[in-house]
Amino acid sequence: MSEIKSTGTSQNKTTSPAPPQKREVTLHINGKNTTLSLAPWTTLLDALRQYLGMTGTKKGCDHGQCGACTVLIDGKHINSCLSLAVMQQNKEITTIEGLADGEDLHPVQAAFIKHDAFQCGYCTAGQICSTVGMLNMKKGNSPAEIRDLMSGNICRCGAYANIFAVVEEVKEN
Amino acid sequence: MRKEKFPIGIPGVNLREIEREVPVTEPPAWPINDKLKHVGKSVKRTDAILKVTGKAKYTADINLPGMLQGRMLRSPHPSAKILSIDTSAAEAFPGVKAVYVLRSNMSGAEPKGGEDNGYPEIKYAGQAIAGVAAKDGQTAEEALKLIKVEYQTMPFVVDMDEAREPGAPLVFEQQVEQEETGGGGGGAKGLEQQGNVRGPSTKSFFGGPRGDVEQGMAEADVIVEGIFRTQVQTHSALETHGIVADWKPDMLTVYASTQSTKGVRSEMASIFDLPESKVRVICEYMGGGFGAKYGAGNFGVTAVNLSKISGQPVKLMLDRKAEHLAVGNRPNSWQELKIGAKKDGTLTAIKQESYGTAGIGLGAGVGRVAQAVYECPNFLTEQYDVFTNAGPGAAFRAPGNPQGAFALEQLIDELAEKLGTDALELRDKIDNSVVRKEERRLAAKAINWSRRKKPGSDTGVIKRGIGVAQSTWPRLIDIDSTAEVRMYRDGTVEIRSGVMDIGTGTRTILSQIVAEELGLEPEQISVKIGDTLFPNGPASGGSKVSGSITPAARNAAYKAKQEILKQAAPKMEEKAADLELKDGMIVSKTSGKTMSFKDALKQMRTSQIMTSASREDDYGGFMVGTFISHGDLGSVQMAEVSVNTETGFVKVEKIVAAHSCGRPLNPMQIQSQVNGGVIQGISYALYEDRVMDKNTGHMLNANLDQYKIAFSMEIPDIEVINIEEYTARSSTDAFGIAEPANIATAAAVANAIYNAIGVRLYELPMTPDKVLKALNLV
Repeated sequence: MSEIKSTGTSQNKTTSPAPPQKREVTLHINGKNTTLSLAPWTTLLDALRQYLGMTGTKKGCDHGQCGACTVLIDGKHINSCLSLAVMQQNKEITTIEGLADGEDLHPVQAAFIKHDAFQCGYCTAGQICSTVGMLNMKKGNSPAEIRDLMSGNICRCGAYANIFAVVEEVKEN
Repeated sequence: MRKEKFPIGIPGVNLREIEREVPVTEPPAWPINDKLKHVGKSVKRTDAILKVTGKAKYTADINLPGMLQGRMLRSPHPSAKILSIDTSAAEAFPGVKAVYVLRSNMSGAEPKGGEDNGYPEIKYAGQAIAGVAAKDGQTAEEALKLIKVEYQTMPFVVDMDEAREPGAPLVFEQQVEQEETGGGGGGAKGLEQQGNVRGPSTKSFFGGPRGDVEQGMAEADVIVEGIFRTQVQTHSALETHGIVADWKPDMLTVYASTQSTKGVRSEMASIFDLPESKVRVICEYMGGGFGAKYGAGNFGVTAVNLSKISGQPVKLMLDRKAEHLAVGNRPNSWQELKIGAKKDGTLTAIKQESYGTAGIGLGAGVGRVAQAVYECPNFLTEQYDVFTNAGPGAAFRAPGNPQGAFALEQLIDELAEKLGTDALELRDKIDNSVVRKEERRLAAKAINWSRRKKPGSDTGVIKRGIGVAQSTWPRLIDIDSTAEVRMYRDGTVEIRSGVMDIGTGTRTILSQIVAEELGLEPEQISVKIGDTLFPNGPASGGSKVSGSITPAARNAAYKAKQEILKQAAPKMEEKAADLELKDGMIVSKTSGKTMSFKDALKQMRTSQIMTSASREDDYGGFMVGTFISHGDLGSVQMAEVSVNTETGFVKVEKIVAAHSCGRPLNPMQIQSQVNGGVIQGISYALYEDRVMDKNTGHMLNANLDQYKIAFSMEIPDIEVINIEEYTARSSTDAFGIAEPANIATAAAVANAIYNAIGVRLYELPMTPDKVLKALNLV
C-alpha cells in the first residue's frame, strides 16, 4: 500500500474570509417591484428561489446545461442560473408564476396540460418559459426549428414529443 | 369465498370469461375498459395545474421557518484512509450552526470486520465525509473548506477489466454483503469473493439453472455467440437527491425526494433508534428517480444529524456533480452469450456469463431476459460483480435487463439470419407469449416490416435499417399497499395513501379508480398521497404501483360505498343491496328512486366515513411468493434508423413500442411513460456514458453537458401501441409500464443498425467512432 499523505484541501485557511458586501437590488418580477439586499454574485435563480421564495423556477444543474431554471427577461428566455440578479434591474422579469392571468392559464400552459407534456414536472417551468420565449421571437415555424430552439431544456422523463405537439398547436392558434 | 366471472385474455385475440373464487369482501368484477366510464380513459392529470404554474412543491422547494442550508464535503481521492478530521475552524465560522462527520458509509457493500478508526474508509472519489449546516448556502460552502481532513491515499482501480486482473488493488479486503433495497439493489448473499470479483450468481426469482447446457449445445445444429459490452449510465433525474430534515423532540419530520416514503421512514427509524411512529416522511412532488431514490442515504443521515445538533430544520440538496458520483448508476456489463438451436429454430441451450461493476455496490447482473423470454430447456447464467473504486450502482429502470436484452436480442437476430428465417418468424416459433405475438403483429404493421431489406443492402452513403427486440418484466406486487377512502359530510371524497407520484400519474389513476367505483367524476376525488401519516403504499419502483395500490383503492372505495348505501337505505325506504351509485346519485335498481350522493353524505351518522383496504392476494394465488403475479409484461419494440456511413452518425427515425400492462388505466399517461422509456433507451443506445479517468480515479463528465443525454434534437417519431390484456387477478387487474418501456429499445436500435450497415455492433453506446470502426473506416 502506498503511503502518500495529503492533507485536506488547498484552502485550509483558518482565518475567516470577509463577509460578502451586500447591495440593494430592485427587480421587476411578474409586474411587481421587489427590493432585496443581495451579494452581487447572487444569481437571478438564487434570488428568486432563496430570497423571494419563488420556487416555481427550478434548479437542475446550476451550470446552464439543463434549462430547468429558464425565465423570461423582456420576453426572451434565459437561464436564470447563468445570470446575476444585479444585471436584471430595470428589466421585465417573468417567471412561471407570472404567466397565467389569475385563473386563466397562458395558452402554452393550457396546451402543456392538454398534450400531457410533462411527467414529474420538474423541468416544466423551464420548458414552458422556453416555449413562450421562442413564440415571442416568432420562431418555431417548422419541426426542425422547434427541436433546435427547444434544445436547451432537458426532460429526463422524456416528454419531448408532447412538447413538440404543444408548440405546433399554440402556433396554429 | 364466492364465485365470480371475470374477463380474461386480449380483446380481439382471445378474450373470454373465467370463473374464480374470490373473498366475499371483494367488489364485483369490472367488465373490460370500453364498458367503464373513467378507468381506461385519458383523464387529464389531477396535479397538472400545479405543475404548469410552478405551484407544485418539490423537496427542493420546501422552506421551513428557521431552516438552515446544508452542504457536504466529499472525498477528492478515489481510495484513502482518513487519519483525522478537524472541524473546529468550520464550527467557529460565523453563520455555521452545525457540523457533522459521518461515522459510516450508508451506501454500497459493507465489509465485515476489519479495523475501524471511527471514520469510514474512502472507496471512491465523491464519497460523503461530512456536512455543514449554516444560515445560507454560501456560508456552508465556505465552512466546508475549513474542515481539515488528513488522508492516507491508497491504490485504486476504476476500470472493470483492470479490477478483474490478479493483483489489482483491492476495493474491499474483506468479504462483503449488501442489504437488498426495495429498489432492487444489492446482490445475492454468501457468494464467493476472489480479489475484486464476487460470484457467480446463478439464480433469479424464477429459479436457477435448467437442464444441461453442454448437452443442449451438443444437440444444436446452429450455434451463435458473442461478447457484448454495455456502459455505465447515471440516472440524472432533474431534481437531485435531497432532503429537508426537521428534528423535534417528539417527531422527526423528513421531506425527501424519494420513491419510497415508507422505506425512508423505516431506515431513519432504525438509524436514529426511533419508533416508526415518531418518523414522518413526506414526498408530495418529486423530480424523477428512475430507481436511484430509495433509503436514507449519506446525505439524509447527515441532514438529520445536522438538524438534531442545530435544533433547526436543515435542507440538503445534492449538486449535479455529486448526483453523478455518489447516488447511483446503472452498472456496466461484459457478457458472453452463446445460444444453440435446431435447424427449425427450436432453442436447445442458452449459456450466459457476465461481469459488471456497480462500483462499491453489488447487483451488477444482466437481468433475466435471457432466462425468461424464450422457451429453452437448457439454461445457465453466471453473473459476477466486480468491485471498482466508483460510486455504488442503484436500481435503474428494469435493473440489468436492458444490458441483457442488448446481447440476447442481437444473437436471436443473428440466429434468424443463420437459419435463413425472418427475425419475426423465428420469434413466432420460439416465443410462447400470446401478448408478444400480438404485439409483433401490430408493431410490424405500424413500422411496415415487410419493406425491410437485406442487411447492408441500401445503396448510398446514408443507409436505413429496421430492427426488432423483445422483453419481459415480471408483474411485481407489494401487498403492503393500503389506501383509505374518506367521505365527508360536506359531500367531498378523499383518498389517502403513503404511495407517492414519481411523475407517472399515480394521483390521477387513484382518482379514476375511486370515481369509477363511486359513480363520481375524477376531479371530485381529492387525492392525498406521499406522506407516512397515511397508510403505507408501495414504493414507486419495479413497475408495481398500479398493480399494488389500485386494487386497494378500489376496495376501500367499495367499502365506503357499502357504508353510505347502508346509511341511505332506510332514508330512501329501500334495501341497501338494491342501491347503486351512478352519476352522483344513489339509485334504486328496483324502484328507480334516487337520492343525490351529496344529500346522502349530509345525513351521515358521523362527520365522516373512513374505510381502508389493503392489496388482497391475487385471485387464484400469486405465481411466486406474495410478490409476483402470474404472466409477465411482454413487450416488443421496433426501430428504424439511418446510418451515415461516412460520419458514423446514427439517427433513430422511428420507434414503434408495443406494450401490455394488464388493464390500461389511463392511455395518455401510459403513452407518456412509454415515450420516456423509449427516449431513455435511445439515450442509452447512442449517447450516455460515464467516463472514468483510470489515472486519477475521477469521473470526467460529471455534468449535464459532457454526460450526453438525448434531448429535443434526437427524438424520433414514437408510436405507442398499448394492448389490453386481462388476467383476472385483482379488483382492478392493472399493472405498471415503467420498466418494460425501457428494456428493449437499445437492442432494437442495435438490430436496426445491423440491418442498415450489415455489420454488428457489440458495444454501447453506439457512437460514430464505433460505427466507423465496425465499417473498417478508422
